[in-house]
Order: sequence, then structure tokens, then C-alpha cells
Amino acid sequence: MSLRTDLAKVRGLGSAKEGSAHWWSQRVTAVALVPLIFWFVASIISLVGAQQAVVQAWVATPWVSVLLILLCIAMFHHLQLGMQVILEDYIHVEWLKIASVMIIKFLAVALLLASIFAILKVAFLG
Amino acid sequence: MVEFSLPSHSKVKEGKKYKAPEGADNIKRFQIYRWDPDDQDNPRVDTFEVDLEDCGPMVLDALIKIKNEIDPSLTFRRSCREGVCGSCAMNVDGTNTLSCIKDIGEIGGDVKVYPLPHMPVIKDLVPDLKQAYAQYASIEPWLKTKTPPPPDRERLQSPEEREKLDGLWECVLCFCCSTSCPSYWWNGDRYLGPAALLQAYRWIADSRDEETGERLDGLEDPFRLYRCHTIMNCAKTCPKHLNPARAIGEIKKAIVQRK
Repeated sequence: MSLRTDLAKVRGLGSAKEGSAHWWSQRVTAVALVPLIFWFVASIISLVGAQQAVVQAWVATPWVSVLLILLCIAMFHHLQLGMQVILEDYIHVEWLKIASVMIIKFLAVALLLASIFAILKVAFLG
Repeated sequence: MVEFSLPSHSKVKEGKKYKAPEGADNIKRFQIYRWDPDDQDNPRVDTFEVDLEDCGPMVLDALIKIKNEIDPSLTFRRSCREGVCGSCAMNVDGTNTLSCIKDIGEIGGDVKVYPLPHMPVIKDLVPDLKQAYAQYASIEPWLKTKTPPPPDRERLQSPEEREKLDGLWECVLCFCCSTSCPSYWWNGDRYLGPAALLQAYRWIADSRDEETGERLDGLEDPFRLYRCHTIMNCAKTCPKHLNPARAIGEIKKAIVQRK
């Protein structure tokens, strides 16, 4: 039982005085992803059926490698920001919420590094 | 965690049926949610047949008629019967609205009347709004200034400055919006909800207020403000045709602007 007033419950621990950076980076990465995704999908369609050497040469083109890496950074950053919000929305068991947000962040960093590594490997070593 | 089914004592059962009087030929059926805290029964939906020839045009008229003539135990809040007090907010035909300004004629089929969603029910159509009221109180809805008031007159505001409050001052705090918001359903204990946030913006937008920064400080929080995901149910359901989602967007913009 709690005899706290309703106002005390609502005011709780006070405002975190943050959240705008998270919200804003979600918008920034979304804007960045619009041209990157269009370019990526169009490129992949144009490469359908191409020889491996052609695709490798495409990935090895300097500006293509850079754009692919940018795409991965924007995408995985956007993914972990969005997933954090979804997990916070729906999971109300505190330890499970913290654990799942952590797992998402670890996964995003690991997958991002793996993707960058793969792009560089194809670009430099074929 | 999110619960996908109701606990067994909350499952809504079929209730009583009340036939229209003999000779009535313009009959509308009202299916009304009933729950009484004084017995151990589950909530139920009672069906009342109402003769529209002998009833006012609005859903509230029918509820009052049912209470007066059929079942005096039917419990609901009402006061002004003209959409300015916000008391008779409930879920009619699947949408939160003020029953006093909801035309029965607009509703095809049976009229389903439920309390505002996802709030504890006190009785029948009366939800417990104490959390929502506390959230309204928490945004400190009054003018806050450092400058003392002029000794001989009120604090002045230009017509353009006053215009910024249009679309905000009309809110009657019925909480149709907050209780229609899935984000408020899942995290209503920490998310302030569209009603309280629209009211918060009403003071942020007020040219006479001198604590705008402190107000934004109090709102900048992953839960209090940023649980709004622009779902827009608030704007869709508002019986006064206001747009709480836009007000929330303006708060977010102001916070980015001051960075």
C-alpha cells in the first residue's frame, strides 16, 4: 500500500532533462537513410545477375565503399535508437528492460563492425 | 509487460436486455458497459432499447432517458450538456467523445457505450481520472512571471501573441485524447499524455509567461514527453477538434531550438 499523493507519484524522480538528443539523432539518421537506401536498392537491382568480379569491383570503387559504410553506420545507429524506444514502451520489468536494451546496443555495434569489416575486405582483398 | 488478454475478473459478459415499450417504431439499441464495485460480478454489457421519437438527439440524452425511465442505477458523469465542461467523456461507437455532442443519428447500428479506455473504472461509465488530473497539476497550469504585474492594468498581450493560444485554450480537459493514446495506455504512469502536454504547451506559447525555459526543462524527459510517437489518435478523437499532436511537436521543436 502507498499513501503517497497522486502528484508525488506523477512527479516521481523528476525530469531526466534529456531525451532530445536521442529523438533528434533518430530524425537525422532517418533523413540520411532516405537517399542511402534508394541508392543502395537501385544499385543492387542493377547488379542482379552480374559476375562476382563486377560486384567486387563495384564495392571496391572508393565512393561506393564510403557510401556503403555510411549506410551501415546510419542504419545500425537508427536501428538501436528505434529498438530502444520500442523495448522501453513495451517491457515493464525493469531488469528485463535494461538487459534487452543492452543486448540491442551490443548487437548493433557488433553487426556494424562486422559489416564494415566485410565491406573493407571485399574492397581491398576481393 | 503488455497484457494481451484481460484478467478473468475483467472479462466483459453479456448483461440484461430491456425491451422498448409497446408501439415504439423508431427503436435504437444501446449497448452499455456496466460494472458495480459493490458486487463481485464481472463487468457486463446491458442492452437498452430506446424509442428515438421520445428522446433527445444526443447520446447523453439517451443515457439520461435510460437512467430516468429504465435503470436508475446507470452511472455516468454529466454536467453542461453542451460540450464545454468535459464531464461526459466516454467511448461511443468505438471512439472517445463527449456524449452530449455526439449525435445518435451519426451512428449506424447499435450504439456501443463504454467508459474511457484503459483507466480504472469506478462504476459503469465513470473512470478514475486522478492520475490524469495529477499530471495536469504537475505541468503547473498557471501564469508564472518574474516581472511584477503593472499596478494599474492587466499584463498586455498583442493580438498576434493572443492568436498563438488559439487551438489550445479551447481544451476542456475531458481526457478523450490521453485515453485514446496507446503510448499513454502502456506508459501512462510516466508519460504525461496528450491532454497534459497540450496544456503544458498552452503556457509555453503564452507570451506573458516568463518561465518557458523551466517549463521545457520539466518536460524534457524520455518518458514525460518523448513517449509521444505521433500516433495521432489524440487529434483524431478530440471532440473539440483540437490537435494535441501538433502541440507536442511544437514542444519538441522548442527544445531542439534552444540547443
